[in-house]
Amino acid sequence: MTYMLDQEQLDAIEDVLLQDLFDVGVNCIFLIDMAGNVIANLDNGEIKHDIYSLAALAAGNFAAVSTMAKIVGEDEFSLLFHKGEKESIHFSKVLTDFLLITIFGKGISLGFLRLKVAEAAEKIKKILESSCAP
Amino acid sequence: MAFVNLKKKEIQAKVVYYGPGRGGKTTNLEYIYNKVKSRIKTEMVTIKTHGDRTLFFDFLPFNVGKIRGYDVKIQLYTVPGQVKYDATRRLVLRGVDGIVFVADSMAVRREKNILSLRNLQKNLATFRKSIFKIPIVLQYNKKDLAEQGIPLLPLQTLEKDLNSQLKAPSFEASALTGMNVVPTMKKIVSMTMASLLMELK
Repeated sequence: MTYMLDQEQLDAIEDVLLQDLFDVGVNCIFLIDMAGNVIANLDNGEIKHDIYSLAALAAGNFAAVSTMAKIVGEDEFSLLFHKGEKESIHFSKVLTDFLLITIFGKGISLGFLRLKVAEAAEKIKKILESSCAP
Repeated sequence: MAFVNLKKKEIQAKVVYYGPGRGGKTTNLEYIYNKVKSRIKTEMVTIKTHGDRTLFFDFLPFNVGKIRGYDVKIQLYTVPGQVKYDATRRLVLRGVDGIVFVADSMAVRREKNILSLRNLQKNLATFRKSIFKIPIVLQYNKKDLAEQGIPLLPLQTLEKDLNSQLKAPSFEASALTGMNVVPTMKKIVSMTMASLLMELK
């Protein structure tokens, strides 16, 4: 199944990422679909992560964790987060087919980030729902 | 599930190499990676066990150029072939747009090829996809082993076992030497793109 997003929708998504997340100081944000395709990404220019590999691994990782949740009788685990010494990574599901991934440093608390991510995810959901997305 | 980015004029699509364990799926990707690594920025990602078997998937993204004004980015994946990894295999199939089924030509692997193809059909069905509708190319790998006197299945047998109903394009190949690896990949890319363009019409 193929889906497309036009300039207006992608600009709207990037605006949300920029205003709701980037401006609070995250290092890198990307929105992907569960097949591992990159829909939008923003970074602070200082770090050069291989976004396409990260997207493939993130989609795989999220899918694996969701399957684990089902095996133990949960619908899903509500928090998916990996903490590193300098960088941490947070995953948030948007609708059933998309994933918002945030990479952030020590300057932001996880609680604050989760709050901002939830707000951004809600806005992105509305934009995606208006598209011919799956 | 291919994604069309109208802003960047870019299409991203997913091709999965499927087949029985130790059939040469990863070797296919490694050969392609070695051919293209000088002109791509990304590295091939592999998640394997200590015994060098694919645990989750291998991943290789690269640009295949422009088709009808769109930059086409193809993501090649492999699945773990061993029977026990069925759950992870299914995860990798999510959103697949095209499939290369890598069969093992060794006579002793005949049954494993058939079981793996059936498993593919079953796993595609969980995503409401039909093996008869999705772009698929068959590759009969390990032809190089004939030189070492290892008994191989004749082409007619492989075609009868695996391709009598599918009637998909097929290649005799050797992922180790590179024989027909690139033509297999080019074929699935062109079939996948043709199918996506049909869908977009």
